[in-house]
Amino acid sequence: MTDVDTVDDGAPPDEAAPTELHGCPITTSRGQVVVHPSREQYVDVVKALADDGYTMCVDVTAVDFITHPGRPLPDGVAPERFEVVTNLLDLAAGRRIRVRVQVPESDATVPTLFDVHPGTEAMEREVYDMFGIVFSDHPDLTRILMPEDWEGHPLRKDYDQGVIPVQFKGTGSR
Amino acid sequence: MTDMIAQTSEAGQELKPRSEVTARELFREIGSVLRMSEAEAAMLGDLPEDPDEDQTMILNMGPQHPSTHGVLRLMLELQGETVLRCKPIIGYLHTGMEKTGESLTYLQGGTNVTRMDYLSPFLNELVFSMAVEQLLGIDGDIPPRATWIRVLMCELNRMASHLLFLATNGMDLGAVSMMIYGWREREEVLRFFQKVTGLRMNHNYIRPGGVSADLPPGWRDDVLRLLDLIPPRLQEYDTLMTGQPIWRERLQGVGMITPTEAVALAATGPVLRSTGVDWDIRRGMPYLTYPELEFDVIVGSYGDAFDRYAIRLNEVRESMRIVRQCLDRMPQGDYRIQDKKVTPPPRARIDESMEALIHHFKLFTEGFKVPEGEVYVAVESPRGELGCYLVSDGTAKPYRMHIRAPSFVNIQALPHMMRGGLVADAVAVISSVDPVLGDVDR
Repeated sequence: MTDVDTVDDGAPPDEAAPTELHGCPITTSRGQVVVHPSREQYVDVVKALADDGYTMCVDVTAVDFITHPGRPLPDGVAPERFEVVTNLLDLAAGRRIRVRVQVPESDATVPTLFDVHPGTEAMEREVYDMFGIVFSDHPDLTRILMPEDWEGHPLRKDYDQGVIPVQFKGTGSR
Repeated sequence: MTDMIAQTSEAGQELKPRSEVTARELFREIGSVLRMSEAEAAMLGDLPEDPDEDQTMILNMGPQHPSTHGVLRLMLELQGETVLRCKPIIGYLHTGMEKTGESLTYLQGGTNVTRMDYLSPFLNELVFSMAVEQLLGIDGDIPPRATWIRVLMCELNRMASHLLFLATNGMDLGAVSMMIYGWREREEVLRFFQKVTGLRMNHNYIRPGGVSADLPPGWRDDVLRLLDLIPPRLQEYDTLMTGQPIWRERLQGVGMITPTEAVALAATGPVLRSTGVDWDIRRGMPYLTYPELEFDVIVGSYGDAFDRYAIRLNEVRESMRIVRQCLDRMPQGDYRIQDKKVTPPPRARIDESMEALIHHFKLFTEGFKVPEGEVYVAVESPRGELGCYLVSDGTAKPYRMHIRAPSFVNIQALPHMMRGGLVADAVAVISSVDPVLGDVDR
């Protein structure tokens, strides 16, 4: 009896994973596929992925990497301070893909996905509110969670976490 | 005709055929965005109005309105009783839990996330724990008993959450006795939670590596009692509401949404399923032991408030089916992973072993280190897709923890559902989306 796995049929046993998708480098993170487009490619890639079946944009968020610059990224993608992370879902095939875009601090602007996925409206507003990343052409880019006149963007790493002293019952002199 | 338009240069003003209208224009037109700041709206209120010129008014509903399920505020543009546009204004419950999560260790993180969606605390803990486990690479090593306990608790939690929805939905629509019944049945489920975890809500029971404690003796009888108690009560609800003409009048055809709109707006859970899209993460991208379980995904057909009510009512029944299977198949064994890195030593070992004491102390003060990486995990919460995006920089605290809250995203669908409806129906629509404001604002 021959072991099927050891038979050499000419093809590589494990087909090399593709390294590019729609012209952008892809990586995997804990088994999940991640695409790394540039800001210019971002909307086109999401559009192309929507045509591939990723019809729902479930989540848009961001990460501030100011204190953790040395994260692994594929060749040709330069790390920047911010990263906008978009999670797409294919309802028919039951698969997900993640899009990570590098956004520099000096020009924290990303084109909006509103034209492709109108459901990103609130999520992009949240990212703007929390990180100060501007989504150009967004129809209503205002603060969503913080008060309108709030200063600063709380989820940035250089925005300090406040502490309110709590007076517990029975402390102090009595 | 076309010449005339060209001559009078009114081509731009003509209404384009539907097929040529871009999605952006359409969504703007049907009121997804009410582009008026609060300051502008206030100024508008001060201006003397010409009654013939402007027949619309801006009305603020909430944030203290009883039917807004907490502190949701809706800015409604009304013409008489008809809602023209609506803008949900949120943030009144924002406490920066994602920021807080960055300063808590992975072991403490559960206490933080469990308070987000306070009606489904187990699901919040589950999604966070699963994300941590995937980062650690131990997601395949969770003992079977822990996994089955997770399924059991999550399904009981889904029942409790839906029972509360039935209660508040009844209250919002004037079926006040339903409110009492729903709370009563939910309390029975919470009593079981209290027996297992020590708390009615905010349990911190599901932790990275398993669950915090084994099921108490006699749990099987308690669950069986629940399974005997609830079906006749659901039957009562059917008599009280489902078949009742007033109830149907109030809900049928109210707050309609199409499958295309629901997918475009990333609405998930019962809101998406009410339109006929059979998407349930438990079935579509199964996790835990859901591939082995037998249950139906309840799907509606009209996308109205009645479908969303009926879906939740029947999901309670499906959850009971799953719970029954959990009872039959609950294996013996460990309830948490025997990985010294993640799991604290048992209490008895601390008394006799110095190493165990040190280990215990270090685990609860410093926490465990999680390898660098990022991961997105999603589970089906009673409200839809609950996701956790976790970034680790190799330390004992998350570098970034983002929760994709189903209520936050589903609330975007409100303007679409309300457009053209009556103010009285607005209450039914909010209720049918079942937002939890702790989840919306985080």
